[in-house]
Amino acid sequence: MALKDLMDSGSANPLGRPRSIWTTLHLDPVLLILLLLLICSGLFVLYSGADRNIEVVKAQGIRMTIAFVVMLVFAQLDPAVFRRWAPWLYVVGLIALAAVLVAGVGAKGAQRWLAIPGLPRFQPSELMKLVVPMMAAWYLSRHYLPPRFSHVVVGLGIVLLPMGMIIEQPDLGTSLLVGLAGIFVVFFAGMSWKLISAVFALVSVSAPLMWFFVMRDYQKQRVLTLLDPQSDPLGAGWNIIQSKTAIGSGGLEGKGWLLGTQSHLEFLPESHTDFIVAVLAEEFGFIGMALLLTTYFLIILRCLYIAATAQDSFSRLVAGALTMTFFIYVFVNVGMVSGLLPVVGVPLPLISYGGTSSVTLMAAFGVLMSIHTHRRMLAA
Amino acid sequence: MPWGEFKDTAAERRLFQRRALVMLTVVVLALGGLMARMYQLQIVENDTYTTLSDKNRVQVQSVPPPRGLIYDRNGELLAENRPVFSVTVVPERVEGMDETLSELEGIINVSDQDLERFERRLHEPRRPYQEIPLRYDLTEEEIAKLAVHRHELPGVEVKAELVRYYPHSVLTSHVLGYVGRINREELQNIDAVNYAGTNYIGKSGIEKFYEKTLHGKVGYQHVETNARGRILRVLERENPVPGEDLQLQLDLRLQKKAYELLDGRRGAVVAIEPKTGGILALASVPGFDTNKFVTGISVDDYRELRESKDKPLFNRALRGQYPPGSTLKPMLAVAALDSGATTRTKKIWDPGYFQLNDTGRRYRDWKRWGHGWVDLKKAIAQSCDTYFYGVAVDMGVDTMSGYLSSFGFGEDATLDVSGALSGLLPSREWKRAARKEPWYPGDSVNLGIGQGFMLATPLQLATATALIANRGQWVEPRLLKDVLGDDPVNKVLPPETHEPLKLKNPSDWEYVVDSMAEVMEGAHGTARRAAQGAPYRMAGKTGTAQVYSLEEDEEYDANEIRERLRDHALFVGFAPVDDPKIVVSVIVENGGSGSGTAAPVARAMFDTWLLDLKHGEDSGKVSMANTTGAN
Repeated sequence: MALKDLMDSGSANPLGRPRSIWTTLHLDPVLLILLLLLICSGLFVLYSGADRNIEVVKAQGIRMTIAFVVMLVFAQLDPAVFRRWAPWLYVVGLIALAAVLVAGVGAKGAQRWLAIPGLPRFQPSELMKLVVPMMAAWYLSRHYLPPRFSHVVVGLGIVLLPMGMIIEQPDLGTSLLVGLAGIFVVFFAGMSWKLISAVFALVSVSAPLMWFFVMRDYQKQRVLTLLDPQSDPLGAGWNIIQSKTAIGSGGLEGKGWLLGTQSHLEFLPESHTDFIVAVLAEEFGFIGMALLLTTYFLIILRCLYIAATAQDSFSRLVAGALTMTFFIYVFVNVGMVSGLLPVVGVPLPLISYGGTSSVTLMAAFGVLMSIHTHRRMLAA
Repeated sequence: MPWGEFKDTAAERRLFQRRALVMLTVVVLALGGLMARMYQLQIVENDTYTTLSDKNRVQVQSVPPPRGLIYDRNGELLAENRPVFSVTVVPERVEGMDETLSELEGIINVSDQDLERFERRLHEPRRPYQEIPLRYDLTEEEIAKLAVHRHELPGVEVKAELVRYYPHSVLTSHVLGYVGRINREELQNIDAVNYAGTNYIGKSGIEKFYEKTLHGKVGYQHVETNARGRILRVLERENPVPGEDLQLQLDLRLQKKAYELLDGRRGAVVAIEPKTGGILALASVPGFDTNKFVTGISVDDYRELRESKDKPLFNRALRGQYPPGSTLKPMLAVAALDSGATTRTKKIWDPGYFQLNDTGRRYRDWKRWGHGWVDLKKAIAQSCDTYFYGVAVDMGVDTMSGYLSSFGFGEDATLDVSGALSGLLPSREWKRAARKEPWYPGDSVNLGIGQGFMLATPLQLATATALIANRGQWVEPRLLKDVLGDDPVNKVLPPETHEPLKLKNPSDWEYVVDSMAEVMEGAHGTARRAAQGAPYRMAGKTGTAQVYSLEEDEEYDANEIRERLRDHALFVGFAPVDDPKIVVSVIVENGGSGSGTAAPVARAMFDTWLLDLKHGEDSGKVSMANTTGAN
């Protein structure tokens, strides 16, 4: 089976086949090629989305290079290192999140950044996208799987605490990603279906309560706008109407690179950041979108394969959760831009302009490559 | 504590792989769902969104046609269009009106008047996305400054607009009228499509009457704009059809003369070419600067004009309704002869007053001791009131009213003079309806000398005089001479409606004309001083209209009455007598006597037209030859 062969290439052979150059470099060639393909085509789309501003593309190129280096570094580390450091990083992360709430800096009414003198400004919530699943995996993999009820409760607690702190910033998009990353760990660990059904039931019941007691007005507005963008076509509905128009007018083959009128005539807002997929859809059409989603799918497929073939539970849980986080990025972003989901600040992974999330994402792929290439000779 | 590999059982691995398979299914379904969404938007609903996208970027803009120009009969430009740079604001595109306005005030000079006018227009009904002008007549420097700041000011544009300009605005104010911004009322009546790009419309005068001809037909262009409405390129264009240029009968030189003659007074002069009915001059003094009205006059300026005692906005020539006084006598003479109320040979004794019966009220003649024996000719030449009192009673109101109506009194007989009033031609029916009283013989007495209820405009007096000059041939007064475009004149000029006034004895015309010549030439003619030394013969009639009515037997002393209560001075006349080239009516408000004040004005008009402008020898050819000159 061709796909199986493709997925197997480059994996280390524990049974004595000579170690390939990829194993020595701790890289997975399949994942690497797919990621490079995505990043490079992403730069082309960005050039168009930024209205031919080459400076934006250069800046993104530099960020991607940094992110790539971060990936290389993470790939060299043994998964055991992540496991050992997970609890400490988790504690540091919580402290940093608390600090953000007390003394964070930011814009548009949200505090997301922590400026410590002498250190570059950073966003603790980004760090938590990696640390939370590692911490949950660390905790759950210490016990026999599937986890007992009490372990599930503790595991969910590990996830919900930082998630709640990020919601407070407020940053709905990131808290969603952090929370889901942790919850995927619990799911992969084998949380029972009964419990899953119970949680789902609880969520469905509490959703109306959330509407009235937890969600902020602007968040409610986003949901309402999704349901009826025409209610405020020049205000909140503008983004969604214009992005749907951009996508829909692309047709099968698209209007051609740099020829999208919606983005170049400034009808489409945030055309180089969160809404960049609308530019791609407008200029490359349905075919372009099919290629993009296929590329994402192959990356996810490869990552799930890496997770499934990982040697220990911690690695499996972390790999699986990071993969699914990546998937969530894609789904939420494309779903939001195409008007299926409310507008939340989730970028299109590795294509949207912006540094922090790209670095985190590439670090996650570094972790996956690390897991795939640091294999122990098992005592048979 | 078991770590990693030590507890890594096959069961755990299989558990994970089962869960991974579930997640893979979720991923496949979710990404499949996204693909389905893309299929729906991009393939199924592609047409809808393509239309939306085109509607976003392509806008149909109307291109207003340039307004037709207006020339006088010699090709002198009276109304033109000048490019004016103005700064406009589209409220729908502005982010914060107050901030934008205060920022603009920092860049260019915006007066309180501009702001006040802007605020007013902001709250008037208008088309969506229609720009509102804030300031006109930007200087080059201001245009440059705005260009520098324009990216900070969405919704603010510098627009070049063709704006009406009247080079001789005061002289032509009451003839051309003016254009102004389309107002609420007009917005409901105009053809919304054809006026899509037009901001101005004729408000009065020629500009109003020939609005349709002058306006032209709107053009269109499809333009590509960005989200902020800035035009990036023109995709398609259908040019507008410019409005047609008009040539008027008016002679600017004669018009100018009329204003000079009445300078410092209040009054009106109307000059008509009797052969054509063409209005050569139509002056209402004082005039006003119509250019101020085009882009919107300020409240202060308007108040000043409106509250001025001299009423510059009031068009005396068309809308000033005065008692015609003795200027009505030639028309009444025609009526009296034709109806048989008098004959050329009939003489009466004038003791200086007229009585309906022996004990009745005495109707005084202006000459206290009377004119003695008076026939009709002398009655006209010396303006004998007593003669006309008697003739009026003999004719009766119905006959007088009928004849006067044939002279165009009591109606707007003009073809294309916008806003001309009808005056008041009294009749038995009118008095019963308006005053709830029967017509008394005394009313007829008063009507006999053009007093009482009768009112006429200077233009009506000129029209009636032209009928005498033409010996009964009707020529409706008109301003339009030619359309310098595709339309023939008779397509835009309304048809003539009046039948000639046929007398039982057509030589009566010559008799009345002779009598009017006697006014100018006779040893006792009332206007003999005004006619002295003229190389041509002229005919005329003086008149005075009372502003202040006298009691019976009360003496009138002009010096004792304050200037504004003095009589209006009137004069009607034409020249030359045998082949009239020009008919003139003059009214000088509070001018005192017709012979002393109004007649010299008419004489000067005759001289200008016949001698200075050389229409005396062969007017027909001269006026034709001059039409293309001096352009």
